[in-house]
Amino acid sequence: MKILVTAKRTPDPYSKIKLKPDGSGIDTSNIKFVINSFDEIAIEEGLRKKEKFGGEVVVVSIGTQECVEQIRTALAMGADRGILVDTGGRYLDQLGVAKILARIVEDEKPDLVILGKQAIDDDANQVSQILAELLGWPQATFASKVDIDLNSKKAVVEREVDGGIEVDEVSLPAVISADLRLNQPRYASLPGIMKARQKPLKTVKIEDLKVDVSPSVEVLKFEAPPQRQGGKKVKDVDELIQALKESKVLPF
Amino acid sequence: MSILVVLELKDGKVKPVSLSAVTCAKLLSQKTGLLYNVALIGAPSDSAVEEASHLGAQKVFVCSEEHLKHYTAENFKIAVVKIAELSGAKYVISVASSLGKDLMPRVAAKLGAGMASEIIEVIDGETFKRNMYAGTVIATVRLKSDIKVLTVKGTAFEKAEKVSSKSEIHKVEVKEVFEGKRFVELRETKSARPELTEASVVVSVGRGIKGPENIKIAEELTDVLGGALGASRAVVDAGWLPNDYQVGQTGKTVAPQLYIALGISGAIQHVAGMKDSKFVVAINKDPEAPIFQIADAGLVADLFQAVPELTQKLKKLKEQSMG
Repeated sequence: MKILVTAKRTPDPYSKIKLKPDGSGIDTSNIKFVINSFDEIAIEEGLRKKEKFGGEVVVVSIGTQECVEQIRTALAMGADRGILVDTGGRYLDQLGVAKILARIVEDEKPDLVILGKQAIDDDANQVSQILAELLGWPQATFASKVDIDLNSKKAVVEREVDGGIEVDEVSLPAVISADLRLNQPRYASLPGIMKARQKPLKTVKIEDLKVDVSPSVEVLKFEAPPQRQGGKKVKDVDELIQALKESKVLPF
Repeated sequence: MSILVVLELKDGKVKPVSLSAVTCAKLLSQKTGLLYNVALIGAPSDSAVEEASHLGAQKVFVCSEEHLKHYTAENFKIAVVKIAELSGAKYVISVASSLGKDLMPRVAAKLGAGMASEIIEVIDGETFKRNMYAGTVIATVRLKSDIKVLTVKGTAFEKAEKVSSKSEIHKVEVKEVFEGKRFVELRETKSARPELTEASVVVSVGRGIKGPENIKIAEELTDVLGGALGASRAVVDAGWLPNDYQVGQTGKTVAPQLYIALGISGAIQHVAGMKDSKFVVAINKDPEAPIFQIADAGLVADLFQAVPELTQKLKKLKEQSMG
């Protein structure tokens, strides 16, 4: 089966995010960029399905030339080829990203698209769902387990929802979004890294896709959240109970 | 032109957390002059329809087809879009529950609308605030599209209260069915405790609890306080508690009166899910744990000694106050 996965370039989740003094964006000068943590899980799931059923894993990244780094990492993990959609650095909203992906899906015709459920930078959690709607495909978001039956062309997906686990069956082709507990992504091996250099990586210019990506969502400014005032210590349980009583937060 | 709020149902009843979306609609109504309607999709009970008709909405749209008994984003989208078109909705709003997060981007795509996820503040009719980077940054976003779709962070808006006036009730038929998806089952996490997002007391456990066999220490404290039990990502990843116990940026956001963090270091992703709690207690043996920086009462102690002692003493206090 053919599986399309995504690799958004985002700050390392453990890096400290600082704002530019004028609030126009984040200060990226000391930040290490990696594959969005949720996309990494999506890539891993694509690889596992390929290992089980055969086929091909195609990885897509949308952004500047710097995203080659994230595509190469995915190729080193085991993906077969990469597509970079070079935006020349222009800002895209979630609908714009989903339209580009839909355009690539039209060309590539995968059986399955797996994306991270959200990106750890903008935390929007929209692209998978929008993509599914644009394609008219079923979606299975927040996946924690994916079982595929190639004969019936269906996937049974366990999804992390508020009340527990919801199980849905979707017909393929479908869009799946990966949640944290879907799998534990592998590290790229040294031979994997060597091989990745030889794997095909195609760059497509955003203009050549002929997709209207003019954004309807703009980010006007960034600011730091108000700091929670804390730091008070108590020395033992009795003092703690005293503090609870004084603050009147006990339900009795 | 109007505002449409999609309410969420659970076992036929209106989920209280979804009433925060009604409050958001009221704020937008004040800013734009538009009236708001509410939609009940699925299998609402008579009492849910009654409740929805006392939320200050102009109309209540009820869509209860057999194929909508179980939620799927694909079929609910068809219903929401139909109601949005019928009512001339310029805004479509829901709470950012797992259902809202799954459904609303699909609705937005169909309506050609720009969407802002998990907003925490309404500035004006097109400008909103929302968290990014796991809550370390607040972004002000503007939606330029004609129709705007929003999900709201449940803890950032009060739950709308009942009003005495009654809205008109309209039945809506939806015959179109999406064929490519089938609901199989919901494996509910059974608990006699209140829901995490609704509880006034939340006790959360982190890696410091050391193993699933020790969680009962936290459960005893939780039950004395009549609260809900939560967990850090580490505990859920380890499989010590089910996924829907997770508090944090990728889990649930809570803002109880009292939040007690046991053996939780206070990673930014966790703090993003609880920092709006009114009073935060942290018990951790590591005095350097970042959770102490945001705690209103921090106790540096071995939780295996401090928590049972706290539970016993609170139990006594409770018995005294109950007379």
